[in-house]
Amino acid sequence: MTFFLQMLVTGIVVGSVYALVALGFVLIYKSSDAINFAQGEFLLIGTYVCLTLITAYNIPFAAALLIALMFSAVLGFVIERIVLRPFIGEPVISMIMATIGLSSVLAGIVHIIWGHETRVFPKIFSEQPVNLGEIVIAPVYLWSLLIVVVMLVIFTLFFKYSKLGIAMRATADDQQAAMSMGISVKMIFAVAWAIAAIVSAVGGILLGNINGVNASLSAIGLKVLPVAILGGLDSIPGAIIGGLIIGILESLTGGYLDPLVGGGLKEVMPFVILVFILMFKPYGLFGKKEIERV
Amino acid sequence: MRNPFVMDCGEFHVNYKQDMAIWKITRVRLRVFILLAVFAVFPMFASDYIIGLATLCGIAAIGAIGLNILTGFTGQISIGVGAFLGVGGYTSAILTAKLGLSFWIAMPTAGIVTAIVGGLFGLPSLRLKGLYLAIATLAAQVIILFVISRWDALTGGTAGMVLSRPELGSFVFYSERSYYYLMFVVLVITAIFTLNLFRSRVGRAFIAVRDRDVAAEVMGIDLFKYKVLAFIVSSFFVGIAGALLGHYTMVVSPELYSITVSIEYLAIILVGGLGSVFGSIYGAVFITLLPVVLRSGVEMMSGVFPDLSAVLIGMKEVVFGLVIILFLIYEPQGLAKIWKNIKDYFKLWPFSY
Repeated sequence: MTFFLQMLVTGIVVGSVYALVALGFVLIYKSSDAINFAQGEFLLIGTYVCLTLITAYNIPFAAALLIALMFSAVLGFVIERIVLRPFIGEPVISMIMATIGLSSVLAGIVHIIWGHETRVFPKIFSEQPVNLGEIVIAPVYLWSLLIVVVMLVIFTLFFKYSKLGIAMRATADDQQAAMSMGISVKMIFAVAWAIAAIVSAVGGILLGNINGVNASLSAIGLKVLPVAILGGLDSIPGAIIGGLIIGILESLTGGYLDPLVGGGLKEVMPFVILVFILMFKPYGLFGKKEIERV
Repeated sequence: MRNPFVMDCGEFHVNYKQDMAIWKITRVRLRVFILLAVFAVFPMFASDYIIGLATLCGIAAIGAIGLNILTGFTGQISIGVGAFLGVGGYTSAILTAKLGLSFWIAMPTAGIVTAIVGGLFGLPSLRLKGLYLAIATLAAQVIILFVISRWDALTGGTAGMVLSRPELGSFVFYSERSYYYLMFVVLVITAIFTLNLFRSRVGRAFIAVRDRDVAAEVMGIDLFKYKVLAFIVSSFFVGIAGALLGHYTMVVSPELYSITVSIEYLAIILVGGLGSVFGSIYGAVFITLLPVVLRSGVEMMSGVFPDLSAVLIGMKEVVFGLVIILFLIYEPQGLAKIWKNIKDYFKLWPFSY
């Protein structure tokens, strides 16, 4: 039972990070109908910038985090403007390939600047484990969970009450109507990309604190796909719930099934779930069903 | 005699037979035969290194034509080609190395097995489209690769398997030159089959599905049947390419079939031209030679910038991504369209108005 709870807690923490990254992913899909295969690279760049600020320039963590997030936002803006703008209204495959090309470019830049070896964050959170009943949790996990929850609350409030958030929801609902009400749709797209870059960077920094930083961190970008699909590509609550489900299932698979098959099943599990979901609910748990007319 | 430098200013067909012909005018047929002859003769004069590169380009072209049938002609995006190549390579490896069958049986069987696997993963395509389907095929990639690297007893796990070169009687295709010809024959058959496929009912149905699947269904095309069929036909050629590649490099292992390979193949058909058989070949040559050219460029510059070779891997990725993005922005129909533009320009040259 202790083992199960331990796995459950790990799953929830990792899943909450997935939820955060998937949120950025869903935002982009909702606003501009694009799947962003470069989400993992956003995460990588944000993390590396934060890490470099801390280790090379000795900036305190909070300040470094803030600068890294600002940098990510600018990066998102610039990329939307230069790379994605020409593809608005183009066929799906163009959009997919454009973000795949983008991810290749960004990954290459990361390789050139930061190389391949794994780096570790300096210890920011205390290492004294926290005992919760029978289970033992590293503080970094608790902090991660806390930060993710705070971010999710901020975004919920943002979408619910701020003018920009409401404009984003309007655009997602109906671009044409939003435009005629005086909303700059291009601006909304740019903001969506900036937010996506920010949440990825936060996710990356949290995971980097847990596992260390190297280029394979960008694999999260692919793992977020099943998360987003599970919840429905255009549903923000779906992304959060999907993230938690996938995180927990992954962790439990890693704990119970991996010893049986010799490891690796953990990485595949999200995709197996994905295939089953797609068979029965092609638009995910909360996704909007498209009605087609000739 | 006609002036050989004068071009027709257009193609005017007056009956159905002319309109349906593969090569619409005799001169085009002549040009194709000359081109074929050039590629058949060129290994006599080229070095082994060049022939090896040409073989790799050709194998990539076979796989790319396969993928183009699915993505370019039928409009079903697949990010799982890498794994399907793997299925082809491993099937051939298991049949030849474990069961001792001949390559000539193993290669078509590899195609058929891959076709079955491809068809299986194509089943969701009825309910899914666009982005959702792309992600379902991504799942296929991850799951197939996992099975390959975990089924130790059959596939040798992460260590991979060693293959031998095919034999014909007492002749073994050891030299680069002989393997080039083997690839060449398969490539020509693939190209001709595909060109003809799109003159038939099935091919036209594929194109109708791509253009507007709901409309196609209204016109009496069984969507499910044709979508799965597209997956099957496409995977067959990808499997053949996988088998050829396996026997060429003489090794198969899971990391050779990663998602990077899938993306490379998508890049090939995109750069070459979606929905174009010859485009797939141009694209295969372009993408296969890109890293080679880049590497020799870096080696040439290494005297001036000695640090350049250290960042070669990163640079490759940047250039690869840039090529994709630039093609998408400036010529979404790829090299095939560029070539057509050049031809069109000279058709009316020098009075192009």
